[in-house]
Amino acid sequence: MWRSSSTRTERGAAAAEAVATTSRSGGESSLARPPPSPTTPLAITLHPATAMNPRVRLLQLLTAAWSWLFLILIMALFEGWSWSVYGRTFFGNLYNVQAVLLTATQILMMALGLTFVIIAAGIDLSIGFIAGLAAVTMAVVIRALPELPPALSFSLGITAAILIALVPGFVNGWLIARWKVPSFIGTLGMFGVTRGMAFLVAGGATVSIRNDTARSFGNARLFDVVPVPVLVAAVVTLFFHYLLAHTRFGVYVYAMGGNLQSAVRAGVNTTRITFALFMLSAFTAAMAGIFYTARFSAGAADAGEPILLNAVAAVFIGGASLSGGSGTIAGTVIGSLIIAIIQFGLVFIGMPPFWQFITVGLVIIVAVLIDQSRDRLARLGAGGA
Amino acid sequence: MNASPPDAVPDAAPGPLERAGIESPDDATSGSTAVLSVRGVCKRFGGTRASRDIDLDLHAGEVLALAGDNGAGKSTLIKMIAGVNRPDSGEIHLGGERIDGRSPQEVRDLGIETIYQDLALADNLDVGVNIFLGRERMRRVLGVPMLDRKWMREQAAGALEHLGIRLDDLSMPVGYLSGGQRQAIAISRAVYWKARIVIMDEPTAALGVPEQREVKDLVRRLQADGVAIVFISHNLGDIFEVSDRIFVLERGRKAGERAIGDTTEDEVVAMMMGKVIDP
Repeated sequence: MWRSSSTRTERGAAAAEAVATTSRSGGESSLARPPPSPTTPLAITLHPATAMNPRVRLLQLLTAAWSWLFLILIMALFEGWSWSVYGRTFFGNLYNVQAVLLTATQILMMALGLTFVIIAAGIDLSIGFIAGLAAVTMAVVIRALPELPPALSFSLGITAAILIALVPGFVNGWLIARWKVPSFIGTLGMFGVTRGMAFLVAGGATVSIRNDTARSFGNARLFDVVPVPVLVAAVVTLFFHYLLAHTRFGVYVYAMGGNLQSAVRAGVNTTRITFALFMLSAFTAAMAGIFYTARFSAGAADAGEPILLNAVAAVFIGGASLSGGSGTIAGTVIGSLIIAIIQFGLVFIGMPPFWQFITVGLVIIVAVLIDQSRDRLARLGAGGA
Repeated sequence: MNASPPDAVPDAAPGPLERAGIESPDDATSGSTAVLSVRGVCKRFGGTRASRDIDLDLHAGEVLALAGDNGAGKSTLIKMIAGVNRPDSGEIHLGGERIDGRSPQEVRDLGIETIYQDLALADNLDVGVNIFLGRERMRRVLGVPMLDRKWMREQAAGALEHLGIRLDDLSMPVGYLSGGQRQAIAISRAVYWKARIVIMDEPTAALGVPEQREVKDLVRRLQADGVAIVFISHNLGDIFEVSDRIFVLERGRKAGERAIGDTTEDEVVAMMMGKVIDP
């Protein structure tokens, strides 16, 4: 798609031919107003929005930092509570930390793919039941192959879970990329479809398994310290960070969320990217389902249902915006940790579990409010222009 | 789909400005061959004749203003040049090559860049990535391909500096920049990718007065690089300030064409209203 160098020389000749008419453009670009900064020696100094720099910088810093601050605050809160009520540490306890990390892993797995979708200004509501579908499929496959060695049936179960999860992912992509169905509606429809499929596959009940590989995958600890799912999640997360921050695919996802037209005019195949987004989202949901089945030695159709809300909350707390264009994997990791600490912490201090839903719901609302005021502040920051 | 060919990537500051010192007596608007020539182009939308037998020549380093009332056919004409619409009849040539009937992407790759009013920048991305969007530069770190953001930023800085623009912080999302700066980024993208022709659709319309002035300065810089510019504007003041030649359309036909020194605002208005039509 590039012009060859011969065209360059061609243009050079044309340019040389043309300069005669343009000599007047040399020295006459004096501006009516004084140059805004003495450090810019060039003739044209554009409108000094750059003078806003410190403010914009501060704003960006706050934007990036608020989820960290929130994380620290919430950790301090539970630590303080633990000391004052039980007279012992909360985060100094290895078991508590492991439990929080395992909870965060579940949330994070679903939130990873969702982060991409939300950055591209979409949403995927079907991932909760895609996770459930993957969980029960894995359990059913492992149950159906009792005579195989556990490692083999476990691998087959994982493969089946991922493959079946990609089906609703593909349908989502097809509806949204090909038929331009708004992602909210398309994935809401698939929420229902996958829910029904998951319960059908499971036969309406929880499918329990007895598989040593699955159990150790879900519950073993490396050096008796790091739970295996946390380790696997860390590797998967690193890969997704790479995908979002360091590849063309990642840039196009951001561009689509920032200004779809910019991506289209730059020749980006937005249909293909949209497809990939929903497949990706289904894939990470499948991972969450696999972790669930391995951890509890049972697949449940509604395994991912409560996690959907948590995953959405994690992505928004992590700095993503509902209007698309922003968000990071690091932010989503922090968001997942925050939700996990709230969940586990509430149980730890003896609150009825239903308070988790209320708290997480409130956290989502706060995150969106902060996002909106951030937008307003940003506009104020660039406002003079 | 978008491998970046290092040999086709121009230097940071391509430097045609250096050539501005060369003096040459002949007038580009009269003597030289046209970079772009439009011949007998017609376009019909239902019962409306949006373009009627238009002939137009554009020369390197020239600023051609396209003027006309709403509905005169300015947009139709530039869309046909940009490959968005296909003429019903007639031909469009770029250099020696026939370009009517090609896709917008092909036309862009041949060196005709259209800068629309909305600029098509991704507000959430920085200047470097915006200039390279769709043709990103990659590097390898331990064998893993990664975006070379730093390189793209440096190249962007070079391209902007070449246009006489300095931005203190190129890592800022372009949404934080002013309208004039954003216009400059859109223009420098065209320059960086060696556009031979830049079509600007109402580039000053959404800007404040100081920024309009800056954009007009940019147009002159671009011109000094030997780029041919088609400049669409409603503002006769702007037209008389920056263009070498004015081409007036009236209800799809050519009302007339004048060197800017040979005409007056009154005459242009008369042409736009259909009161003066050249034979």
